[in-house]
Amino acid sequence: MSCKRVYGMATRDAYGKTLVELGKENPDIVVLDADLSKSTKSILFAKEFKERFFNMGIAEANMVSTAAGLATCGKIPFASSFASFLMCKGFDQLRMSVANPHINAKFIGSHGGISIGEDGASQMGVEDIALACSLPGFVVMIPADEIATRALVRLAAEHIGPVYIRTGRPKAPIIYQPGIQFEIGKANILREGIDVTVIANGLLVQEAIEAACLCSERGIDVRVIDMHTVKPIDVSAIVQSAQTTGAIVTAEEHLLSGGLGAAVAQVAGEHCPVPMGFIGLKDTYAESGLPEELFKKYGLTAEHIVVEIERVIKKK
Amino acid sequence: MDIEGLKEIARTIRRDIITMTAEANSGHPGGSLSAADVITALYFKVMRHDPKNPNWPERDRFILSKGHAVPALYSALARSGYFPPEQLLSLRRFGSPLQGHPEMRRLSGIEASTGSLGQGLSIGAGMALGGKLDNKGYRVYVMIGDGESEEGQIWEVAMSSAYYKLDNLTAIVDYNSQQLDGWVREIMELEPVVDKWKAFGWHVVDINGHDFYQILKALDEAKATKGRPTVVIARTVKGKGVSFMENNVEFHGMAPTKEQKELALKELRS
Ligand SMILES: Cc1ncc(C[n+]2csc(CCOP(=O)(O)OP(=O)(O)O)c2C)c(N)n1
Repeated sequence: MSCKRVYGMATRDAYGKTLVELGKENPDIVVLDADLSKSTKSILFAKEFKERFFNMGIAEANMVSTAAGLATCGKIPFASSFASFLMCKGFDQLRMSVANPHINAKFIGSHGGISIGEDGASQMGVEDIALACSLPGFVVMIPADEIATRALVRLAAEHIGPVYIRTGRPKAPIIYQPGIQFEIGKANILREGIDVTVIANGLLVQEAIEAACLCSERGIDVRVIDMHTVKPIDVSAIVQSAQTTGAIVTAEEHLLSGGLGAAVAQVAGEHCPVPMGFIGLKDTYAESGLPEELFKKYGLTAEHIVVEIERVIKKK
Repeated sequence: MDIEGLKEIARTIRRDIITMTAEANSGHPGGSLSAADVITALYFKVMRHDPKNPNWPERDRFILSKGHAVPALYSALARSGYFPPEQLLSLRRFGSPLQGHPEMRRLSGIEASTGSLGQGLSIGAGMALGGKLDNKGYRVYVMIGDGESEEGQIWEVAMSSAYYKLDNLTAIVDYNSQQLDGWVREIMELEPVVDKWKAFGWHVVDINGHDFYQILKALDEAKATKGRPTVVIARTVKGKGVSFMENNVEFHGMAPTKEQKELALKELRS
């Protein structure tokens, strides 16, 4: 973690590599994809364990229910596609084949958010977290970097029950050093501060850190939290932040409906209402462009977080 | 326009596809090149449309359900007069109406927003139903991919369009035998594709999708077929027209480099 960003590998690459490790350790790990294995990086597993990899073709709904069936036979399926197609096309199957019977299957949506860039709105997963969080019993996670990805994918394999993990297309800035321990549902406090807390996940964690650095030059002391698990959300981290800093800004690469901000606001509203600000997509799809151009236009940069911080601390 | 003229336009469209994707440094040249001849035949010979009046209610409609091949469609629209060809170079740029996948609210001439595979033929069926309700004579053409045919929704609309006797609807399968991860037959076999569509109640025409004579004949046959929809299985080659792109799945979603662009344009010179 640093004010200056240093890029590591994309979280989707870290996912593919971790799948291979898991495959070696556990013969029950099976992997499915829907003709995007080159992009989700499940192809790395496919190359090593041909007999345990199933390319289902461009048929996400079929893939989700098939994964559910495999899970009932004691396999641990990891099924991946783009976040948008997996969650949107597989949603009823995730609801009825997976969530309702609380099936032990893992779903990984790559190309989350608008940072996929030039491909444009149809390929951007901007509602995946909301959909996943609406499924009872699901664990929903967004790793910020390669180290977080490896840890969370391994935790997903150990966890008994349905899991959704979002990965990203571009190289992700390095947040963590090797050796850090992760726990499902336990937020990581990356920086202590007393004036305001920024709760972020995914690529917005680095933006939040840089926002904290900019704020410290202006005498504002910002606490930064990586809320890698959106569900079950870390209630005590939110309550403690609200109590000690008295204001919260959330930051996510997702529509503001039903994502991280909504989840944090629900907790804060119930336990300790404080002024809040929200960084995310405001009721709009994005478009083609370079990731940096899109982050600027849709208000997802460190500078936007600073503006939001200054706005909410005035309300304290 | 005669077949020689169509061939010349198709070469222009192929050059545009190469230049646009190289300039954007992203995009899907392979499936655009395979689709170029059918799209040329539709826009320059078969469809009744008016580039100066894109919302003309009587126009024939074309939907590119395999939306990633949109460079071919943008080029056809530009070359038939919907917008200046210079604009093609803004493909995928921030602020351009030429989005990475087609968006009907951003560019006139685009009939449906696609990019999530599997939906375009159903939208086309809706337009065909609408045409029947209003006693309009227009026809609806939808291009789908062979990989895209793995989506369940394709077979849902195959059933419903036959049931509703949508003889004003024509599906064209750009059967280039490849999808994203590799060869269709190695991922999810689609054969016997003709028997499948027949079993669903469609009139099926199986052709070489790079032979204008066969394309035009098939589309004539579709027009003449009453009481059921027609599907044209257009057997094509992914990357058609550029030797090092043909049947090379690498170029499904990878733009040519500057050097590759020059080589490709040399091959595509008339
Ligand atoms: C629902 C959905 N799933 C996955 C994708 C990602 N994707 C884009 S193109 C493609 C392969 C398409 O293959 P095909 O239909 O044969 O097209 P072509 O080979 O002609 O390019 C895939 C899987 C998508 N766009 N939509």
